Amino acid sequence: MQVTRSLVKRALRMLLSIVSVVLLGGLIAAGIMQLAPGFGVDARELDPRLNRDSVEAIRAARSREGNPLGFYFRYLHRIAHGDFGVSQSLGRPVAELLAERVPATVRTVTGGVLCGWSAGLGLALLACLVRTGVLDAVSGTLSAFFLCIPSSVLALFLVFLSPPERRVSTSVTLAIALVVFPRIYRFSRGILGQVLLMPHLLAARARGLPSGRVLFLHALPAAAPAILALGGVSLSVALSASIPIEAICDWPGIGQLAWQASLERDLPLLLILTLLITVVVVTANSMASLVGELTPGGAAK
Amino acid sequence: MRVALRRIAIGVLITVYGVCLAADVLAPAGYATQFRDSPGAPPSRAFPLGTDELGRDLLSRLLYGTRLSLVLAPAAALLATLLAAGAGSLAGYAGGWLGAGVLRVADLFMSLPWLFLLLTVRATLPLNTRPEDSVLITFLLLGLLGWAAPACVVAAAAGTLRGSEFALHARASGVSNARFILVQVLPNLKPVLLAQFWIAVPVFILSEANLGLLGLGVGEPLPSWGNLLRGLESLHALQTNPWLAAPAALLLIVVACFHLVVPLEDYSK
Repeated sequence: MQVTRSLVKRALRMLLSIVSVVLLGGLIAAGIMQLAPGFGVDARELDPRLNRDSVEAIRAARSREGNPLGFYFRYLHRIAHGDFGVSQSLGRPVAELLAERVPATVRTVTGGVLCGWSAGLGLALLACLVRTGVLDAVSGTLSAFFLCIPSSVLALFLVFLSPPERRVSTSVTLAIALVVFPRIYRFSRGILGQVLLMPHLLAARARGLPSGRVLFLHALPAAAPAILALGGVSLSVALSASIPIEAICDWPGIGQLAWQASLERDLPLLLILTLLITVVVVTANSMASLVGELTPGGAAK
Repeated sequence: MRVALRRIAIGVLITVYGVCLAADVLAPAGYATQFRDSPGAPPSRAFPLGTDELGRDLLSRLLYGTRLSLVLAPAAALLATLLAAGAGSLAGYAGGWLGAGVLRVADLFMSLPWLFLLLTVRATLPLNTRPEDSVLITFLLLGLLGWAAPACVVAAAAGTLRGSEFALHARASGVSNARFILVQVLPNLKPVLLAQFWIAVPVFILSEANLGLLGLGVGEPLPSWGNLLRGLESLHALQTNPWLAAPAALLLIVVACFHLVVPLEDYSK
């Protein structure tokens, strides 16, 4: 009963934190936009085909939007009533665009994060288990190599190298996995290395306990909260990487939509995308820390 | 082994910095000078790395672009580190509601998808923004948005200093909080701050490269690694002119060197 009450209390606190972070995050985004030198300028005003009346109409529509903070609160009010607005550049309802694009990004980002985690954590565990300099050097070099390449260049080379029969989604998923992998590997390897140096684990190994047993039954549970906390971060990294990767691979997801909206200066669409990604990242971070707390290592703390 | 690699990395970085800072002397031409009769020329004595499709010398553009990225990325990292030092040491040393408040703001910034935010702000820049302004705004935004994660690390380190014996002595002898933070806490945080600085530099270099390749980074004709990488966009051009990959190769080497400068254990902080 006590445990259930504590869990409910923690879940409510998490929900409150998510809502407040999303609202404040959107406010910061709107505030930073207000500071940008070109806020309120519409590229359509430079279109020579438009006459003076049309340009004035565009300016009047812009001025009705008011300052970005007013625009943000009005936008929140509309969202609360289920109206996500209309994309200025594409001339289509934002809700319709999201319904089209979100599944594509969910598929590739989920696949990429899972593959990146499997490769990164798997290799880190193997390096800790085998403990040979060669494997450490090879895995370290591999992770450093992928850490040093911009995700857009990675996507470009995957597009060049992919056989024509390979689906675009596979290239996008692979590119995201290669962006996530080095971060997971380096962090997990570092944390596991530190945990394995703890006195009781050194003593366990000195007493002849098998390395696998020490690693999987003692070191991994102790390192689990810190490693799991990376879950939210890895999702954030994957979503950020999805912008250049989807743009380069021509994959119709949220990242490509954000890029197109940025090139077309489509502010309402960009704001809703920023809010959407903030919700996903904050929820993932909260879930990761909650799961971390529920692990034996987290509970011990 | 790691120490040797670190020394080599520092040596490479010093060499690259030396060469690109001397771009005015070493570059065969200006970064915007067009040789209209030699567009897309292969490497030759006149153009050691060839020319781009507008007839601009690629070696000169690479030297000037490297200088821009290698000067402004550390400047942005310095800004982020200074902000992190201020916010982190305040949060860690003050503790209580003030510390919790600062850490909440840092959490908030870390939750924002900053690449999306960067795209949004870039989208609101006027169309007639000068290239020099666009480059400054890009790196300024990177610096302003990148303070949160280092601030949390600094706050944790400052929190441990708060409970140390010398902090107790200082408080007992009546040293003011501001003086203690400036004279005692910040110098003791130097290794943490240095590590955070070195971690931030390659992150900002890669961010600018990504933005540049998407056409949202430094404006033409100013060269940067980001817009030089746009030469990779055509496989046909890359197959016929492999030297177009030179900026990507140099970027890879320099970013790897920056990563090697940071001790591996700092990544787990």
